[in-house]
Amino acid sequence: MTLSRSARWLLRGAMALGLAFIYLPLAVVLINSFNADRTFAWPPAHWTMQWWARAGDNAGAREALWMSVKAGLGATAIALLLGSLVAFAVQRYRFFGRGAVSLLVVLPIALPGIVTGIALDTAFRSVLAPLGIGKGLFSVIVGHATFCVVVVYNNVLARLRRSGGNLQEASADLGADGWQTFRYVTFPVLRSALLAGALLAFGLSFDEIIVTTFTAGPGVQTLPIWIFSNLFRPNQAPVINVVAAVLIVASVVPIYLAQRISDTATGGRL
Amino acid sequence: MATPTLDRSAGAAPAEDPARGPVRRLSAWLHRHAGVRLAALLAAPLFWLVVAYLGALAVLFVSALWTVNGFTGEVVRQPTLTNFRTIATDEVYRTVALRSVGTAAAVTVLDALVALPMAFYMAKVARPRYRRWLVVAILTPLWASYLVKAYAWRVLLANGGPVDWLLGGPGSGPGYGLTATVLVLAYLWLPYMILPIYAGLERLPDSLLEASADLGARAGRTFRKVVLPVIVPSVIAGSIFTFSLSLGDYITVQIVGGKTQLIGNLVYANIGAANNLPFAAALATIPVLIMVGYLVAVRRSGALEEL
Repeated sequence: MTLSRSARWLLRGAMALGLAFIYLPLAVVLINSFNADRTFAWPPAHWTMQWWARAGDNAGAREALWMSVKAGLGATAIALLLGSLVAFAVQRYRFFGRGAVSLLVVLPIALPGIVTGIALDTAFRSVLAPLGIGKGLFSVIVGHATFCVVVVYNNVLARLRRSGGNLQEASADLGADGWQTFRYVTFPVLRSALLAGALLAFGLSFDEIIVTTFTAGPGVQTLPIWIFSNLFRPNQAPVINVVAAVLIVASVVPIYLAQRISDTATGGRL
Repeated sequence: MATPTLDRSAGAAPAEDPARGPVRRLSAWLHRHAGVRLAALLAAPLFWLVVAYLGALAVLFVSALWTVNGFTGEVVRQPTLTNFRTIATDEVYRTVALRSVGTAAAVTVLDALVALPMAFYMAKVARPRYRRWLVVAILTPLWASYLVKAYAWRVLLANGGPVDWLLGGPGSGPGYGLTATVLVLAYLWLPYMILPIYAGLERLPDSLLEASADLGARAGRTFRKVVLPVIVPSVIAGSIFTFSLSLGDYITVQIVGGKTQLIGNLVYANIGAANNLPFAAALATIPVLIMVGYLVAVRRSGALEEL
């Protein structure tokens, strides 16, 4: 690329500033988790570990974390199944309404979360409630799965497109039946794409708050809901800050896993 | 390579051979009936997306036509356009709708301006072995919780917080309000803009840029005539995220927006405090119509393939 020296330096500066803009707020949360001042006066004058100890004892946070994990696993399992099925259909077949199907998969994430949330809430209230089915963890999983399908779909579709159909045809020519071809050829090709999709789906679900607010039954408190309900209570602030710091540090784990799964899995496919 | 135990004689045997077992026969039968295979693949996902999702959206739109009895608080299931008439005529709703669209647009423009040089640096200037790490650096904050990031800005922008301290004393920063909301939303959705632009730029061959330079174009002209046309679909793909995510947001506004109200807040208030689900549904159709219009408008640009 033929850029002048100064243009290169400008771009480098923009990149550095951009990264600083992205990471400095997170760094402040980490630093504040050791800030002895209850209202986080800045710059911190004294340091303490007591917020970490108090957060470790917090039963509410632990229960909410477990609830989030359950919701995430349920939504991921459903999304893996549905997303792969749609990806196979869209990639392998030409049929009427194919474009509409791929648009329908994207729609739950393209529409504002509050719309998905209120739509599901209305449906639960008007359709399911008269049948005696109330909101609970189940409705949260339904809501999350609806917008998680698209990330699995995208990953599987991209992998299917890249791998083509030659391997499957070769397998059939060698006498394998449909199940054997899937078990020994298609699935191994897809495995890392499925893992990447599952990771993204779980991450989306784990972080979701808007749809969750509308679909959670009484007593179902995921971690984001718990954080939000404690955010405006001044005496909970230090504990919230520690939970936030933990979540920031923990965000390295899925990135590490994604890097392990494959070098292409994190190539910006959301 | 010991695992696959394939039946070597299968090529010669006719499909009806009883020795081949039910799995084989089913598989062969399915192979001849593509329509059945397709139906089997699509049945569950379409049932889910059409019934659970489109059905829910349909119920939402229908309930937008209902009203709530002012005395009993019960939903009156009689279709009228009262809700929409209120939204169209009442000054408050028009102001809030315009403010929401303005916020979403400002966030999108801000993100595009910040993302373009960063994505360009990542794809075309940084050395290839650093690229992977830069992508990781952009991706990592996406895994940090949305609430945590909004919370981080609440701390940053607090009266006497780090931003005030940086700008010289309490009250000198923007504080909580509309400006803070735009800033924080732009912060939250920035990676969604950087990643598609980066992917688009990565597909743009360097030889095109060199050819442009060889033909006498300077960096600015190359950017306008070669780079920009290629990445427009990527920018639009990113804008779908930034615009849509901003349009429906009501959490960030509550955390850093002070008293600012967006459509999302009104919808939320009508479901919760006011207990007027039909009116909330009517309000929620505004962002849906805007987003569907936007998606249909950009469909031709090829942006949806970039998502």
